[in-house]
Amino acid sequence: MFTDIFSPESLAEAWEIIRTQFPMALWETFYVTVLATAFAILIGLPLGVLLVVGEKGGIRPIPRWIMAVINFIINVLRSVPFLILMILVFPLTRLIIGTTVGTVASIVPLVIAAFPFVARLVESCLREVNPNLIEMAQSTGATPFQIIYKVMIPESWPSLISNFTVAITTILGYSAMSGIIGGGGLGKIAINYGYYRYKYLVMFLAVILLIILVQIFQSVGTKLAVKTDKRLKNQAK
Amino acid sequence: MIEIKNLTKTFNTADGTVEALRNVSLSIPDGDIFGIIGMSGAGKSTLVRCINMLERPTEGTVEVDGVDLGSLSAKELRAKRHDITMIFQGFNLLMQKNCLKNVCFPLELQGMKGAEAKKRAIELLDIVGLADKAKAYPAQLSGGQQQRVAIARALTTQPKVLLCDEATSALDPNTTNSILELIKEINARMGITVVVITHQMSVVESICKHVAILDGGEVVEQGEVSEVFAHPKSQAARNLVFPEGEDSSLNVGNAGEHFIRVVYNGAYAAGKPMIARLAIDKGIEANISYASTKGISGKAFGTILLSISGDDQAVRDTIEYLTTEPGIEAEEVKVHVH
Repeated sequence: MFTDIFSPESLAEAWEIIRTQFPMALWETFYVTVLATAFAILIGLPLGVLLVVGEKGGIRPIPRWIMAVINFIINVLRSVPFLILMILVFPLTRLIIGTTVGTVASIVPLVIAAFPFVARLVESCLREVNPNLIEMAQSTGATPFQIIYKVMIPESWPSLISNFTVAITTILGYSAMSGIIGGGGLGKIAINYGYYRYKYLVMFLAVILLIILVQIFQSVGTKLAVKTDKRLKNQAK
Repeated sequence: MIEIKNLTKTFNTADGTVEALRNVSLSIPDGDIFGIIGMSGAGKSTLVRCINMLERPTEGTVEVDGVDLGSLSAKELRAKRHDITMIFQGFNLLMQKNCLKNVCFPLELQGMKGAEAKKRAIELLDIVGLADKAKAYPAQLSGGQQQRVAIARALTTQPKVLLCDEATSALDPNTTNSILELIKEINARMGITVVVITHQMSVVESICKHVAILDGGEVVEQGEVSEVFAHPKSQAARNLVFPEGEDSSLNVGNAGEHFIRVVYNGAYAAGKPMIARLAIDKGIEANISYASTKGISGKAFGTILLSISGDDQAVRDTIEYLTTEPGIEAEEVKVHVH
């Protein structure tokens, strides 16, 4: 099936597609991923904080049943396969965006799939904060809210960045998947040209671009996390 | 003045309730350096956390300058905690903030403006001798330096009370001494009441005026340091004063020997050749089985365990002879010999 992949005709055809479609697709993938991650953090960060501070023995306990409901919802959303979730949230997508098809519309299911994941990542980061620091803040007269935004979040910032990097690369993968149901970007090209029309060269190139994007996100994220971590002794000030 | 009255603290654990503190009463005068000493698990950390209500007492009250802390609202308590600050065994500095920001932290919580907070923080860093480290991060500092930053932080809100929870336990002996000196200096200069929680007798010896000995959640002894050291009454106090075990050396004893504990409780006795005199004047030959003496607050204190062979009369004579000297007490002790 791959014999004609480098024939002059297929090369010319692939070049035409690359030239006309790729720049837009790359841009779409990029902004969908970044926007979806931003919204997922916007919802997931407070939720993750709540999971830690709200539990019994936390700095601002909230009723047990509310915690149980939140945990249940997060677990349910995380259990549903993304492909199914995209279809399940169609009504919500239509409500917010007005349509279920298109690049912008794919942001909604991405956020719904990603925020519970982000909440869990934030939860595990904040649990790593030295409990003695929280005690110190309490003994200094800090309010629960001050403890959250002056101690817990700043102290776990490097690991939050690392975990947000994990989130953005995962969301990038999901965004490519959303090409199946009408989302735009590199995923759509890979499926429409590569899978449905057997233009494997185009498919491979789309996948290579996705890999490059993941590499860029990951290395920027790792660099930022290391740069912001003041626990590392040897770094320059 | 810190007044702790009939304080009891119980914890509910999976294995039932644990009584961490039982009916503890203490009063700590203003400007004092008050030691609370005990072995691990004696309840020291719980007790110090009850003083600033990080732990709520199950029963009893804690009053600071006449204010019952247990009766305060959450907001009032947070304000009160600017007056009762704390330093910790693990220093507990914010690792992602530089020293200056760490020292500014309590002021930021109070909503003080950046420039003003910074000015105060630099003054305090100067007092603890680390003005040049303002921009350094805690990970770049040694343990002793980190504790100095923590002390500066604890002083920014101009507290009346400084609680030290095993503040030197993670430090080497030299650094410990320099931190203790700093605490002493702060106490003298600013008149801050200092409560020192420790398991090290040497810490109490070097800076405390008063001490309470905590054992199994109870205060078994308290008073002036020199007094408690000279006459340790409880077993817990003896264990702390004689960490090597006062009776461990007695296994060398033979049947028919009597043992006399001689307690030095004054400035001059330790300088006199008492044992030699005893032999010359009374003809009683004493053997030193154990001895431990030290200088505390400018006086000599310590214990010597003498073994003498002879009858009960010799024992009485020895005790009588030794106790004529001021500052010496002696008593016969029964020990197991083999």
